[in-house]
Amino acid sequence: MLTLENVSAGYGTFQALFGVSLEVRAGEAVAVIGPNGAGKTSLLRVISKVIALNGGHIAMEGQSLDSVPAHRVIELGIAHVPEHRRLFPRLTVEENLRMGAFINGARSRFDERLAFVYDLFPRMKERRHQLAGTMSGGEQQMCAIGRGLMSGPKLLLLDEPSAGLAPVIVQQVFDLVRRIRQEGYTVLIVEQNIQQVLKVVDRAYLLEVGRIKMSGASRELLENDEVRRAYIGL
Amino acid sequence: MEFSLLDPFLWETVIQGLLFGGVLALLSLGLNIIFGVIDVVWICYAELIMLGMYTIYFLYTDFGVPLPLAFLAGILVVAALGALLHHLVIRPILHTEPINQLLVTGGVLFFLQGLATMLFSVEFRNLGVSFGSVEVGEMYLPISRIIAFSVSIVAVVALWLFLKKTYLGTAIRAISQDRDVMPLMGVSPRRIYLVTSALGGGLAGLGACLLVLLYDIHPAIGLTFGPITFMVCVLGGLGNMIGGFIAAFIFAEFIALGGFYAEVEWGYVRAFVFFIVMMFIRPQGILGSKS
Amino acid sequence: MDASTSRNVMILKGVGLAAILAFPLLGFSDYILHIAISILLWGFVYTSWSVMGRFGLVSLGHGAFLGIGAYGTTMLWNLAGLTPWVGIPLSVLASAILGLLIGLPCFRFRITGHYFALVTLALTEVARLLIVALRDTTGGSLGVTPNGVVSPEDPVSLYALQFASKTVWFYIIFAVWLVGLLIWRAIDRSMMRYAMEAISQEEDAAASLGVHVTRTKLTVTVISAAMTAFGGAVYGQYQQYINPETVSGIAISLQIVFAVIAGGMFVQLGPSVGAVITLLLGEGLRLGFGHQFHGLDVTVYGLMLVLFIIYMPRGVLGKAVEVMAARGSRPGSPSPQPGE
Repeated sequence: MLTLENVSAGYGTFQALFGVSLEVRAGEAVAVIGPNGAGKTSLLRVISKVIALNGGHIAMEGQSLDSVPAHRVIELGIAHVPEHRRLFPRLTVEENLRMGAFINGARSRFDERLAFVYDLFPRMKERRHQLAGTMSGGEQQMCAIGRGLMSGPKLLLLDEPSAGLAPVIVQQVFDLVRRIRQEGYTVLIVEQNIQQVLKVVDRAYLLEVGRIKMSGASRELLENDEVRRAYIGL
Repeated sequence: MEFSLLDPFLWETVIQGLLFGGVLALLSLGLNIIFGVIDVVWICYAELIMLGMYTIYFLYTDFGVPLPLAFLAGILVVAALGALLHHLVIRPILHTEPINQLLVTGGVLFFLQGLATMLFSVEFRNLGVSFGSVEVGEMYLPISRIIAFSVSIVAVVALWLFLKKTYLGTAIRAISQDRDVMPLMGVSPRRIYLVTSALGGGLAGLGACLLVLLYDIHPAIGLTFGPITFMVCVLGGLGNMIGGFIAAFIFAEFIALGGFYAEVEWGYVRAFVFFIVMMFIRPQGILGSKS
Repeated sequence: MDASTSRNVMILKGVGLAAILAFPLLGFSDYILHIAISILLWGFVYTSWSVMGRFGLVSLGHGAFLGIGAYGTTMLWNLAGLTPWVGIPLSVLASAILGLLIGLPCFRFRITGHYFALVTLALTEVARLLIVALRDTTGGSLGVTPNGVVSPEDPVSLYALQFASKTVWFYIIFAVWLVGLLIWRAIDRSMMRYAMEAISQEEDAAASLGVHVTRTKLTVTVISAAMTAFGGAVYGQYQQYINPETVSGIAISLQIVFAVIAGGMFVQLGPSVGAVITLLLGEGLRLGFGHQFHGLDVTVYGLMLVLFIIYMPRGVLGKAVEVMAARGSRPGSPSPQPGE
């Protein structure tokens, strides 16, 4: 579904990604793991075209993303749930979800998708008229993911969904990801919490300093000595 | 300085103040939207209104266009000017020092005023439309002011509904809270800013429709109600529409009552001094938030 | 800059000074002299504004200080017979106090940027409206003339500070202008400059370094207000006619800002270049088009201001300095600092 071929990207003179290639097939859940500063967030940002593509190619279902501007990426079925949630703090939960359905294709299906999201996250329904900025971190994360789902995407990009959340909440978030998978969504997650995320995805790529160091099925990576030593602390 | 609370002239003044407040409230809306969303102050805002007034005047007087159509044209013209202003002048300096926005729109102020002087000359023009007055008790209230006030209220409500209930309106509110995340929702910030600028211009155009019923037209009239409009916005909290609304009425009453007891300038002097004092007491404005 | 360039600049300055000193003696008409005097006078006023403006304290209200200087001096003379030798210092003092009164709350409460500009705007409009409202005393919108005591037969009155000869005024205002430049340089060179720049970049950081933010801002504001008032007073004495539109209100305030931006806010001679630009532009357009296109000069001002902000925010002179600095940079030679 999504392919990255030899992608290079960065911020002005600073290059964050060097020749990264990866793919996500329909129905899969794939993770990109790696330490801080590896370029994981940049990876999702270049897919959404929020940062410029300096080299290589990106394609979604065969269609090239190379010259697509940032605000049209969502029309191709890619929804990006950004790092740190980035909800609109002074809009209500429901207004945030409405913003997720902004594109033309999504407006006509707003009511049914809203019902779906509220079904997934009953707490969101309780708080539908509450200002998003007043909610807890975990609730905001749910709302952010819900907002991503409102556009009816084919591929969901999740940027460090567990960041800054208490362990109990982290567990809930990953349960959510499992649930979303069950509903048939294809997911690409970027995460620092390697142990948790590898339990939820089929495959993973290890990104270090802007390059893919290794990849494989999640079980393989979990049992890989290097990975265990460097990242799981065993 | 003696007055009686039963003095009908006093009450007439108070109500006139209220009516004027409604118009000021409408004028401040456009400015507040632009500032609230794009974080820019259009110093030339009143000059845009001035051009709207001339548009209406010439269409009605020289081309015999019926007044409602002339009003519509006025609104559309100023809306277009607003978008043009943003695209040509604001966008290039959007990410530079904030003071540049103030200065560049100051340049536009000069430019538009000079252009109007050249094109229309300095003679005062008047639409010549009179609606008479209505007698309420012992007070005479000009119907044109009542119309202006009513239109303002309707416009404020309509704007509120637009911002609250439509996708575009929600996006306009959203972009001022987090601009960078907008593309992820499929919203182009550039497009929203243009729409907002057109909206601000349209509101200014609506203001022109009302003002043209109440006052004479002159290339420099921007200098008379421009500063007041800014002060109303700042008093209410720059960007805060409800605050601007409240501040408009307070200001209008200061002007009306202040001018009741002496020459009309004193009303303005008091209003401006009130503004300065308020800035010291509560610089972020009545409903502004400390940033 | 290196020694030879430095020497060249000194020579250039010397020649310039001599040329200006000789100017009135070259037999130009009174009209030309008037233009030259106006350039120097407004150059002084613009320089006074830029003392604050270059540090980010953009005031749209300097019309108020101009007005206090002009009307204060003239009213004291007309109504109380008070010689301008006393009237001017009093007006300057009043203006300085006003600057203090406005500045203190503003800087204490961190009112800067847009808000500061709008507060100062309100201030200048208050000044203008007061002048108009007190029309019985001030003559209102019609303006007022200081009671004249000189004539071609009796061309000098030191007591009234009135002189019939444009040449005399030329040298006086030239001296005023020079003093303005010296004050600008003194502020530039002193610690205050570094303090102000630190402040305009990052207030909290500056405060933590022990820079007295409020005090520094206030000092600069008071100096600027005093200088501007002085300029207003001199203008009144020279022009022998003032009205609220030319020495107070939003229009003149914006004109000051435009001139400084056009000429260059961060360079010592920038504001004066701005005066050259605005005055020659105004006169040139008036001579070229007469009263046919009334308003053309304002239109051109406006257009130029817009273009300057977008393409040359450092102004004509600032841009020239930049270009020279880029060209003059050779390994081992330090590039010129703004203000040099």
